Parts: sequence; C-alpha cells; structure tokens
Amino acid sequence: MIAWTIYITFAGAVALLFLPRVLSRWVALATAAGGFAVSLAAFFNAVDVGTFKTIVRVPWVPILGMEYHLAVDGISLTLALVTSLTAVSAVLFSWDVDHRQNEFFFWLLVVVGGSYGVFLSADLFLLFVFYELVIVPKYFLIAIWGSTNKEYGAMKLTLYSFFGGALVFIGIIAAYVTAGSLNLHDLAEFPFTPQFQSWAFPVLFIGFAVLAGIWPLHTWAPTGHVAAPTAGSMLLAGIIMKLGSYGGLRVAMNLFPQGFQMWSGYIAVFAVIGILYAAAVALRQRDLKFVIGYSSVSHMGFVLLGLATANVLGVSGAVLQMFSHGVIAALLFAVAGRMIYRRTHTRDLDALSSMNLSRALPFAAFSFVIASAASMGIPGFSGFAAEITILIGAWKIYPIAVWITGAGMVLVAAFTLRALKRTFFDTVEDVKSVTSVTSLDRETFEPITLAEKLGAGLLMFATLAVGLYPKLLLDRIVPAVEAMRFLTK
Amino acid sequence: MSYLELLKLAAPEATVAVTALAVLAVGLIRWGETPSNRRSSAFCSAVAGLGLAAAVGAVVMLPQSATLFGGMLVITPLTSLFKIICLALAFFTVVLARTDLSSRNRGEYLALVLLATIGLMLLVGSEELLMIFIGLELTGLSLYVMTAFDKTDIRSAEAGLKYFLFGSTASAFTLFGLSLIYGMSGTTGLAVIAQKLSAQPISPLLFAGIVMTLVGFAFKIAAAPFHLWAPDAYQGAPVPSAAFIASGSKVASFVVLGKIVLVGFGPDKGSAAWHAMISGWAPVLAVLAALSILIGNLVALAQSNVRRLLAYSAVAHAGYTLLGLVAGGRDGFSATLFYTTVYAFTLVGAFGVVALVRRETGGDDLINFAGLRARSPLLAGCMSIFMLSLAGLPPLAGFFGKFYLFIAALRAGENHGLLWLVALALLGSLVSLYYYLIVLKVIFVDEPAQHETSLPRRNVGEGGDFLQRVSLSVPGPLVAHIIASLP
Repeated sequence: MIAWTIYITFAGAVALLFLPRVLSRWVALATAAGGFAVSLAAFFNAVDVGTFKTIVRVPWVPILGMEYHLAVDGISLTLALVTSLTAVSAVLFSWDVDHRQNEFFFWLLVVVGGSYGVFLSADLFLLFVFYELVIVPKYFLIAIWGSTNKEYGAMKLTLYSFFGGALVFIGIIAAYVTAGSLNLHDLAEFPFTPQFQSWAFPVLFIGFAVLAGIWPLHTWAPTGHVAAPTAGSMLLAGIIMKLGSYGGLRVAMNLFPQGFQMWSGYIAVFAVIGILYAAAVALRQRDLKFVIGYSSVSHMGFVLLGLATANVLGVSGAVLQMFSHGVIAALLFAVAGRMIYRRTHTRDLDALSSMNLSRALPFAAFSFVIASAASMGIPGFSGFAAEITILIGAWKIYPIAVWITGAGMVLVAAFTLRALKRTFFDTVEDVKSVTSVTSLDRETFEPITLAEKLGAGLLMFATLAVGLYPKLLLDRIVPAVEAMRFLTK
Repeated sequence: MSYLELLKLAAPEATVAVTALAVLAVGLIRWGETPSNRRSSAFCSAVAGLGLAAAVGAVVMLPQSATLFGGMLVITPLTSLFKIICLALAFFTVVLARTDLSSRNRGEYLALVLLATIGLMLLVGSEELLMIFIGLELTGLSLYVMTAFDKTDIRSAEAGLKYFLFGSTASAFTLFGLSLIYGMSGTTGLAVIAQKLSAQPISPLLFAGIVMTLVGFAFKIAAAPFHLWAPDAYQGAPVPSAAFIASGSKVASFVVLGKIVLVGFGPDKGSAAWHAMISGWAPVLAVLAALSILIGNLVALAQSNVRRLLAYSAVAHAGYTLLGLVAGGRDGFSATLFYTTVYAFTLVGAFGVVALVRRETGGDDLINFAGLRARSPLLAGCMSIFMLSLAGLPPLAGFFGKFYLFIAALRAGENHGLLWLVALALLGSLVSLYYYLIVLKVIFVDEPAQHETSLPRRNVGEGGDFLQRVSLSVPGPLVAHIIASLP
C-alpha cells in the first residue's frame, strides 16, 4: 500500500504540468495530503515491522539485474511518514508562491516522490536512481525561487550532491561487480571480503554522508538552506539530509558490517566535531537562516553519532532523530523564511531585533518558541527523546564523546536562545523607536494566514506527540534496527 | 557467388546509393516559378527520407548471417542493427536539414548525406582492412564537403578546411598503420590477422602499426589529443552536418574500432590495470580515454557557445566510451556500443534544439538560449532531457549507459584494476554536470536579453525525437538487442 505514496506524488507532479495555474496549489496540496494519508495509514497498520518486507517486485533490466523492487520495514515507514509530513507543510508554507507556480510545485513534488522512492527501494540501483532524481529539482527550486546568492547556493548544493552521488555510484558498482546482484537482501547476505569492505564502506558511507551534512563536507548545507525558498529549505532539512543518513544506514552499514566496524570510530569523531563546530559557528551568525542551517548540521551530527554506536539504542535513536530533526528544522525554516522574511524582508538578527516581532507576529513567536525548545532538547519534545536515546547508546562505547557532546548541547542551547531572543524578544534602549516601529508593524505586516497556521500546527503536533510518546515510533524502529546485521552484541 | 546474390546481400547499400542519385536528379528539376524552389527542396527531402526507410526495410530482409570475400561484407545481427542505427541517424539529419539550411542546393546536400551513410554502412558491415579504409574515406570525403557547405558563412569554410586537413593526415596515419599490419601478417581479413598475431610476440614494428591505426580512429572519434578539429567543425559547420559528424560518424567509428582492436588485434591487448600495465593497445586507449575525459570536461567549462560546448563534451564522451573497449570482451564491447548509440541519439536531439534556436534568434551562443522556457516550453523540456542524459543523471538513458560501461570496466581487470579510469570518469561527470546545468540555468532561470516576439513553434521532428528519448529512458530492450547480436 505504501508504494502508492510514490505513484500519487509523481502522478500529481505530472498533472501539474498540464493543469491550469489556478488549480496548481490545490493539486499540490491534495497530492501531498494523499501521500500523508497513505503513509499514516501504512504506519499504523504495519505488522511485522522487523523485516524488510517486499511489497512490489518487477524485473526492469534483467540483463543487468535491475529490478523495480520496493520493500518496507519500520525505518522506512518512519522516514516515509516524516517525508509526507514535511511535504504537506511545505506546500502549505508555499501558498504565497505566485511566480511560475506550476513549475514550483512540480519540482517540489518530484523531490518528495524521489525521497519516498529512496526510503522504499530494496534494489540498490533503484535506490540510486531515486537518490539522484532528487538532485536536479533542488537546483531549480533554489536557482529560480530562492533568495540571497541563489545561483551560487544552488550550484554548490548540486555539485556536492553529485559528488556524493559519484562516490555512492563507485560503491554500488563495486558491490554489484563483486556480488553479482543489486538486490539489497542478497547483497546483505553476501560475504564480502574484509579487505574489500575496508575500502568500499568508506567510499559508500562518505558518499551518502555528504547529503547528511557530515563535517567537513557540510558546507553545502548552510548556503543551500539560506538560498532556498522556504519550502526548499524545509525539504532540504526535513527530507534531503535524511536521504543521506538513511543511505548510510541501509546500504553502507548493512552491506559492509566489517568495514563499518573498522571505521565507526572515525565516524563518531567526525560526528562530534560536526556537532560542536556547527553549533559554535551558529553562535556567530547574523542571518537567521544561517543560524538554523548550521543548527541542522549540528543536529545531523547526532544522527551520525547514533549510527556510529552500532548498538540498538544508538541506531534507533538516530532514526528517531531523523524524524525529529525533520519536523523541527522544517518548522524553524518555515517560521524564519515564510512568517518572518516574507513580511519583514530581512533575516538580519540586528534588524529583526529592533522590530519587536513578538508583539507584531505573536503566532510566529509562539511557533518559534516551540521549535526552539524542541531543538534545544527540552524534555517533552521529540528532540529530547531522540538525543537522549542516542547519548545513552553512545555511553556504552564512546563515553568521552558523550561528555563532549553534552558540552556541545550547551552551545546548541546558547545559539538557539540567542536567535530566539534577537528575533522576537529583544528590547531596544531607544524607547521612542520601539513604540513607533511597533505601531507601524501592527499595521504593515499582513496577519499570519490560515495555511501557515495549519502547517505550523501540524509540525508542532508531530514534535509534541513524538516527544510525549516516543514509543509510537520506537515500537516500529527498534525491531527493524534489531534485524540489521552490523549490530555489536 | 553470382552477382544476383551479391546484390541481395548489398541491397541496403545499393538502395541508399540509388536514392542518392535520385535525390541529385530531383534537385535539378525546375518547377516553374521562383517559390517552387522550396517545393523542389521539400521533394528532395521526401525522396531521401523514403529511400532511407526503404534501406531499413532492405536491412530487415537480409539473411541472419553471411560472409563475402573473406570478410569484405559481413552480415550478422550486430551489423544489421548498426546499419539500421546509422540509417536512423541519417534520417534525423535529413529532418534537421529541412529546418536549417537555406533551400539552395538541397539536393546536393542530401546526396552527400546519403553517400556518407553508405560509407558508414560499409564501415559497420566489414571485417576487412581494405574495405574499412574505403568506408572511412567515403564517409570522410562526404563529411568534409558537408562541413564546408554553407557558402555564405566564412566559419563554415574554415571548419571544412580544418576538418579536411586534420582528417586527411589522420587517414594517412591509418593507411600507414594498416599497411604495416598487412606487412606483418600478410592478410587484410581481421580474423586471420588475429590468428597470425597470436602466433608471434609483439614487436616494435607491429606496435607502431597498431598505434598508427589507433591514431586515425582517435581522430575520427575526436579523442584527445586528436580532437582539435572538433570544436571548429561543430561550431562552424551547418547544424545538420555537425549533428551527423557527431552522431553517425562516431557510432560507425566506434563499431569498427571495436572490431579492429577486439577481433583483429585481440591477442595484443595488453592491460591497463593500475600498477599492472602490460604493453599492448589497451594502455594506449586508456591514456586516450583519460586525456579525453580530462581535457574535454575542463575545456568545456570555459565555453560560451553551445555548439562548442557540445564539441568539448563530445571529446569527454569519447573518453567514457573508450572505457568499454579498454575493458574488452563481449561485455565491454556491448557497453561501448550501447553508450555510443544512446549518445548519438541524444546529441542529434540536442543539435535539433540548437538548430531551432538558431533559426529563431540567429545564433547559438548561450545568450541566445536565455529564457527559452518562456518562448517554447517543449524545446526547453527536450533540451533539459538531452543535457541531463548527457550528464548521466538517472533515470535517463545516458545514466544506464554509464552504469553499464563502468560495470564492464570494473569487471574486466583482476582486482578492479580499471577502478582508476572509472573514478576519473566519475570525476569528469561531476565536472560536466556543471556546464550542462549552466545551459539549463540559462534556459530556465535567466530572462531573455531582449524580448523576442517569435511564438513558440512546435516541430514534428523534435516531437519525434522527444518520444525517442522517453522510450530510450527504458533502455532494456536496446541493451538486450545489442548483447544478443554480439557473437
């Protein structure tokens, strides 16, 4: 059933090319909502989430062993769910796009559809096809509808993605040539020699990790996030970065467990550096979106750390963090890009701090507070549930990393609070200007629209629901993780 | 062997030759008053198209396999398939010629296209050095004239002259190489040459012969460092000529190059594996491939003319395609054939778009493509598919081609010895994505410099090409066909 997410999304995308402009956003919303409904239904009706169960299998190019082969387990379900959630809210936050609307939603849906495809593929080649399919739409989304240095950001993002893709491609071909199969099940059973794994694993993992924003290959992320339109940033942070970490988990780690054991220590080191470095950089940014962009890199560092632990708790936490970060980052970008930037036309923290936005845009302030709290890892929100699981998992093998990361979380809190305060709650000494700006802003800023409230509400609900009841997701994630081959007993 | 039988087996070539003569004759007919000149041209195109279609029919009617005169004319499923591919490319060239050239002397132009096509068919369908050389020359001479055909454009003349000078030098090299091979082996049939060569160790003289032969072919496929003619020819020649040089001539050259090295020189392959090079032709081709990938992709970055950009990218693609031959074997050869076929059709399509843009804006610099999206969404969509397929992004055909090539290359050597070439090729693809994206950026993001008033025009030929691409995106049948038709 969940395969329909792919078909619905691509059908909607194609339909957008032919339908009149008036309908475009409704079609996009209907498509995204359809995907959401399907993935939600699949999520709650799932049985036997521990095995990567085949749902569709059709030969494609038999000579080269390619198949159209989809399968699903708890991890795929979770990530499909966050994809659909982000997609719906991204469409809602793009309600005001009026420049070349049809094309915009077309590219947006292609990104979403390709992401579903990656999360559900059980054929290595098919997975790669979907993985690369997402690259070009990103370029156009940013280069046409973006802001601030958009062509540079778009090209950088695209070339980084393609570079990662090229590494993945080498890994895939090497695996195929050695094992003679592209089927993920068969490959996972194949006894690759340790010598082969020792080089194939890092090639494949780094290739995927580029998209996950691993330090020091993360620099596409902040520039790309800043240049992208609001929905673009939401998709990038919410979905695209997950493609990388998912690929690392499903393909690199699961296929080459011995290679993974050789390299997992280095991954942990890079992850910790990424967490600290990105948080420190975020502390110094003046552009609100740059702050959020670096915070994404920092949070994705937790995912990588969780993966590097190679135990059930850490890896399950990593998957939970993928979900949680997807939701939170999407919400942060939505507030910064749509609610604030579209109204004030600036993202500069100094400029924003003189506008007294908490009074002008109370709903934006409310959403941002929730998102910041979740991002800092306050208990009750999904971020806390995920990060604490990761850290407990990491404690068993990398206690030092946990100490350092704990210190890093202070930095995360620091830059988040700084951004929150500067954006919404700064008091300006010059009393006269405050009153004047405030009275002015009340009139000039258009009120928050219903679409924005719906989108933000959806995301806030998701982060709260998972934060208060993480079992909902963990019940599906943990069995799937337990079935993986690389776990250290 | 009766003449009737010979005629039967050579029916496709004969059909094309008769069509060429018929087109020449039709082109001379005066149809009364002035505007009818156009009608005469249209009639020429129709005759040429019908003749090509008839030739395809004749190819289909050929027997499964036959060999004449010690390999001068060989018929196998493979040669039949590639004859059809050459004919199809010629057909697209005829269609392109309708949109591009001024209608003067259409008959002569089309006759040249058809003659070149005969040359290609001879190349594809021969396993004998002498016949191969004749095919090369017939193709070459027709293409030189086609390149210089636009008498109103000085760059066309320059391109023709350059192509001719480089081409004739390369032919001389090839002929010299072939004569050395003949001297060593005492025969011109490829299969017999292979037997003779396997009996003797590789000698300096033989090696010189092999390298010289390869030089000639490297020129034909525009592999670096023998690519210098390509940018000028692609840019200066009339668009259909450039398209035909880049597609038909290249496909046939790869087919025949593959046959020569894999069948004829098979015993002296050597090895291009990293740290395990063994002298032979494989390392030579590997170096050519590496140079082509590097030079082609890096120089293409700096181009501002779309046709020149396509020329340098063609150099790079020649490099990728050579990977399959370096790998060798049935797998490698079929990967090369598949890749070059896909590439040829993509490039013809891209040149088709260039021709239409050129007709409407009067140039083919990147600036002329600005805002093409708004003027003609269909053309813009086609161009983006062509460019992304050239860049090798899934799910387009170019990606399958690369996948197949790289797999063949990795499988070939012991211990993934050709990984260095594959990695280089992937790096090249990464660079290439940049300049292909620049083209797309100009089309989709930039606004036109001055507001064009021309309406979007739809072209039937383009629509056909578009469908071609879509169907090629699912390339299973073609791969299966190529593999099945290999011995």
